[in-house]
Amino acid sequence: MKKVFGRPKSLTKDPFTYCPGCHHGIAHRLVAEVLDEFGIREKTIGISPVGCAVFTYAFFDCDMICAAHGRAPSVATGMKRSKPDSIVFTYQGDGDLAAIGMGEIVHTANRGESITVIFINNAIYGMTGGQMAPTTLVGQVTQTSPYGRDPKTMGYPIKVAEMLSTLKGVAYISRVALSKPAYVLKAKKAIRKAFQSQIEGKGFSLVEILSTCPTNWGLSPIEASKWLEENMIPYYPLGEFKTPEEVS
Amino acid sequence: MGEKILMKGNEAIGEAAIRVGCHFYFGYPITPQSELAAYMSKKLPKIKNAAFIQAESEIIAINMVYGAASTGARTMTSSSSTGISLKQEGISFIACAELPCVIVNMQRGGPGLGSIQPGQADYFQATKGGGHGDYHLIVLAPSSVQELVDLTMDAFDLADKYTNPAMILGDGLIGQMMESVEFKERKKIDLPDKKGWILTGCKGRKKYCIVPFNMDPYEMEKVNFKIQEKYNKLKEREVRYEAVNLDNADLIIVAYGTVARIAKTVIQNAKSEGINIGLIRPITLFPFPESIIAEASKKVNKFLVVEMSLGQMVEDVKLAVNGKAEINFYGRVGGVVPTQSEILNEIKKYLK
Amino acid sequence: MAKIVVDEERCKGCELCIPACPKHIMVMSKKFNKKGYYPAKQVKPEECTGCAFCAMVCPDIAIEVFK
Repeated sequence: MKKVFGRPKSLTKDPFTYCPGCHHGIAHRLVAEVLDEFGIREKTIGISPVGCAVFTYAFFDCDMICAAHGRAPSVATGMKRSKPDSIVFTYQGDGDLAAIGMGEIVHTANRGESITVIFINNAIYGMTGGQMAPTTLVGQVTQTSPYGRDPKTMGYPIKVAEMLSTLKGVAYISRVALSKPAYVLKAKKAIRKAFQSQIEGKGFSLVEILSTCPTNWGLSPIEASKWLEENMIPYYPLGEFKTPEEVS
Repeated sequence: MGEKILMKGNEAIGEAAIRVGCHFYFGYPITPQSELAAYMSKKLPKIKNAAFIQAESEIIAINMVYGAASTGARTMTSSSSTGISLKQEGISFIACAELPCVIVNMQRGGPGLGSIQPGQADYFQATKGGGHGDYHLIVLAPSSVQELVDLTMDAFDLADKYTNPAMILGDGLIGQMMESVEFKERKKIDLPDKKGWILTGCKGRKKYCIVPFNMDPYEMEKVNFKIQEKYNKLKEREVRYEAVNLDNADLIIVAYGTVARIAKTVIQNAKSEGINIGLIRPITLFPFPESIIAEASKKVNKFLVVEMSLGQMVEDVKLAVNGKAEINFYGRVGGVVPTQSEILNEIKKYLK
Repeated sequence: MAKIVVDEERCKGCELCIPACPKHIMVMSKKFNKKGYYPAKQVKPEECTGCAFCAMVCPDIAIEVFK
């Protein structure tokens, strides 16, 4: 018998530090598989954010750097400009990318920087203990929206993929989920297309990955996946919002 | 090379940086240093594989520097006072990650939005760390356009040598001033090989990580100790200053940058009135030239520190002198430049 | 012919593989691992088709699939 599924080479042997059932690990594996498949591990530089995924520097077996909170796209820009033959990706959560780093992501996308962004949207701050994120759903209870997110005072959840896809410098944007095998397969395809866009120098690419945070949602991993499908997907529809063909 | 040309201070910095191989500039417009960004935007696109980016903020610019520096490129950003405050988080990361880069601060009057005229009130911020955590920048304080050129070139070498960010601490006056400058041929110096840490993709080697944090406090303490060791070396090896007329001085002025220029005229004017004044002009503000000041205080017992602040460098002078001489202070702020006559009147007060 | 191998020490007992398996042959072990989690295990290995759905949703890459 032949091994048909195992650990990709672009990951180190280190066990993930994430909570049981957290989707970060699946997203890591998919990115690593894509690096393996394109044979680009040795020319890739990854940028870890601040948040739970700060530890990605230990998990990806490629050159890595940790950015300050929200600044990963700017660090990526400096890298890609000074080392244009490398493949540069950032891995960011919703607090990092859509709150403190919203300016960075918008302008990096608008300049059409040839980088790939893996954006984990789990509608909450994980590392700091479950505070409201820009992507927290209306009515969702978090540590800092204990009565549920009230759009009158807290605004509405931001649809990052839709918003960024309006920018001309963007080559590829899609939103995927990881809550069941069919979604995981589609997510893998999206991540492939995102890196392919970069390899072909088409411009900025981003994959928004809807993920669970069982610990801070206060649900079991199975319940969390169900909650994601019932609550997040209706608000954050899956699919491609921009593909390279649209780049003029 | 060798030929003298007339240049504005801010533009001279840009030309000096490009000549020592800085091909990546990231900045954001702010008076009184915008000419530097404009100069880079004109020159860098003509160099192969170079990049100029007008970033969306000061914060972004310093983080682009962080990225470019991590790949081994010579890179710089520049701003003035309020913009430098915005960069502090990034500077702390760069210092912790031990990456070389150059940051230019053409200071203006503060605090707050302050004014657009020259100031020196960012001395504490520049020399004591500026951002969070225990770190220092290598801080160079030019007092002429020629020195802007020479010290900018030196700043890149020092940053590379100590893998530490270096700052050019000038002010609006020196940045806007035009003087003749010469871009001298530089001696080749041995700088450490960057190959052991730069991020270029891990082909043929194990992966490298640049990680300016550690969850284990004992490991993080070791990072601090390692960085501190560099500062000790800087204090031993890289102190620079100019000493003028220290022998038989009735009083020694301590001043840097623009104020030191004015002090030199004060020395001449005082001489014609029979007053003998000396000057110690720190060129490196970190490491601070404390030994020469301590040495001078054994022979001269009156000092006057003059700054465009309400008393910042004077604290380091007091530490250096350690109570062995009388330290007086005169400062103008908010963009006001002290005049020669004001300084001379001040001196006369203490020589009565 | 297919089989899976669960790395019991990497498994954090999240149970995501259980609903993912179309043959309903993933269960949780009654014995906990060194970290204190009850790892996943397969029953009726003869029914496994090697579809790898369990491995695809495993956040800890604790499942290898052979065919």
